[in-house]
Amino acid sequence: MTRGKLRQVLLITDGCSNRGEDPAAVASFLKEKGIVVNVIGVLDHGEREHGMREVKEIALCGGGVSQVVYTSQLSQTVQMVTRQAMTQTLHGVVQQELRGILGEEKEMEDLSPEKRGEVMEVVDELGETVGLEVFILVDTSASMKTKLPMVEEALTDLSVSLNSRQGENEFALFLFPGKRKDVEKVLDWSPKIEQLSTAFQRLTTGGVTPTGPALKEALHHFEKRMKKGSLIADAEDDFPIEKPGF
Amino acid sequence: MQKTTFQSKSRVSNLSPGTTFTGKWNRNPYQIIKKLGNGANGTVYLVATRLGERAIKIGENKMSLTSEVNVLKHFSSLGQHTLCPVLLDVDDLEIAGETYPFFCMEYLHGDSLLSFTRKKGQEWVPILLVQLLGDLDRFHQAGWVFGDLKPDNIIVTGPPMRVRLFDVGGTTKMGRSIKEYTEFYDRGYWGLGDRKADVGYDLFAVAMMFIETVYPHRFQKASQKKQHLDDLMEKVTSASSLRPYKKVIYRALTGKYSDAQWMKKEIMTVIEKGSTSQAVSSKRRSRPVSGRSNGIKEKKKPSYRTELALTGSFLFLSSILYLVGQII
Ligand SMILES: Nc1ncnc2c1ncn2[C@@H]1O[C@H](COP(=O)(O)OP(=O)(O)O)[C@@H](O)[C@H]1O
Repeated sequence: MTRGKLRQVLLITDGCSNRGEDPAAVASFLKEKGIVVNVIGVLDHGEREHGMREVKEIALCGGGVSQVVYTSQLSQTVQMVTRQAMTQTLHGVVQQELRGILGEEKEMEDLSPEKRGEVMEVVDELGETVGLEVFILVDTSASMKTKLPMVEEALTDLSVSLNSRQGENEFALFLFPGKRKDVEKVLDWSPKIEQLSTAFQRLTTGGVTPTGPALKEALHHFEKRMKKGSLIADAEDDFPIEKPGF
Repeated sequence: MQKTTFQSKSRVSNLSPGTTFTGKWNRNPYQIIKKLGNGANGTVYLVATRLGERAIKIGENKMSLTSEVNVLKHFSSLGQHTLCPVLLDVDDLEIAGETYPFFCMEYLHGDSLLSFTRKKGQEWVPILLVQLLGDLDRFHQAGWVFGDLKPDNIIVTGPPMRVRLFDVGGTTKMGRSIKEYTEFYDRGYWGLGDRKADVGYDLFAVAMMFIETVYPHRFQKASQKKQHLDDLMEKVTSASSLRPYKKVIYRALTGKYSDAQWMKKEIMTVIEKGSTSQAVSSKRRSRPVSGRSNGIKEKKKPSYRTELALTGSFLFLSSILYLVGQII
């Protein structure tokens, strides 16, 4: 079985963007490019959910999963959101395949519970073995400052979770706003997330929140990689996964 | 606990008692008696069926229960009946144009593990863990890891008292990554391993449950990069009812056991030692340890009376244990 690849952006933020293009628009475009955008909104205890509508909207447009949580729940949420999004994407792919096989507009509900079970086995299997690229974008604007230690921990934890799979993982980590630019690189594609603390300590947390430009940077970064990367990339433009060979 | 954030309220999370419906595919009739609880993937109800009282779990969306059903089906087909609730029906429920999946299973009547041991006494804990380890061993032999092992997923039915596992949402094939977990029982959270499904993953959770029976409030790990293992072991040594099991717990926390049977044997050995090395009274006294005072930071010398009563009940329980051992 040749392995496909899933591409995700994981955006961790606590509020409204206020610079550059509309992040929801950029997310919509990323989705067209086969990259799923997941968003996690982080609250401190006592904070209200205002400004969290954007969180939902970006994920909706980006074909991903969103969740608003308190910092204490961050670790488990980050890994669940990532997994849910994987499963969701794979379901989409499998469903597409099914339509091909059944030759008609078959939806999952039309399948008997038995058949659904078989589909799920395929999705489980794929979710375990598929290659995954996660581009992590962390909002480091002033209000995020107290939340960053938990973010750091959650990301290390995500790496533990995903590296317990059989499939391969690559992570990249960028922060926004950067010192001079909108976005700043912390970690280029690598199979593990470790020793982030130094990166997070170096930070100067700023006032602006250029979420849209940050997402655009994610796209560029993915594109650079896809060009020099695998030969089969772009073969299936409308799938967020390269053709899985099952 | 964290899981609830993932759940949206929907029509099927609050069906009122008396509601009746018929499955879409198999046409079996059901009547809701009461809600048993809300889970991460669905809502569980006690229902009346033609064959008597059963439990059903209704999912929020079309695929939400499929993994669980697959696992239950697998074990039902193996004839491993006591490992998880017996699966009786899998179907869809249609309400107001929406379709929700559900499955029907055996109704497990009893107390959750923690409320049981708090009511009946700490001396039950090792006995029930021995039963549990027997079940886990059979899970492992079949090539599966339970995954999301925690007291909320264990019911004590009976008499005769018997632990039963339900909620197989986290049950994962050996070698894959754990599907669902709860941080407190997760070795990844404590920095003591990864989340690959192996025997050690479940046994770690067993050790954490053991510790939790004495510390009623799930504590959190200390700030980052601390020696979590030392912290945990300190909790063990400062609780008199855990101290005899220190070695066992340590081995489970550090992944030293290659199978559940081994851990089970070692717990049994400690139970037996506790009941023979100490004195005489074979008369079983009334409850020695009351609900909460499970011996956290007890005075150096526990009272003689307590000790005596404990010994008595250990003797009694180890004979039960022997019988149980014969059955499982
Ligand atoms: N087969 C069963 N028999 C009796 N009670 C059950 C059964 N299955 C689930 N329950 C009850 O329903 C509640 C929710 O179950 P579940 O969906 O497994 O939730 P969770 O994900 O919170 O463990 C449980 O806490 C339990 O009390």
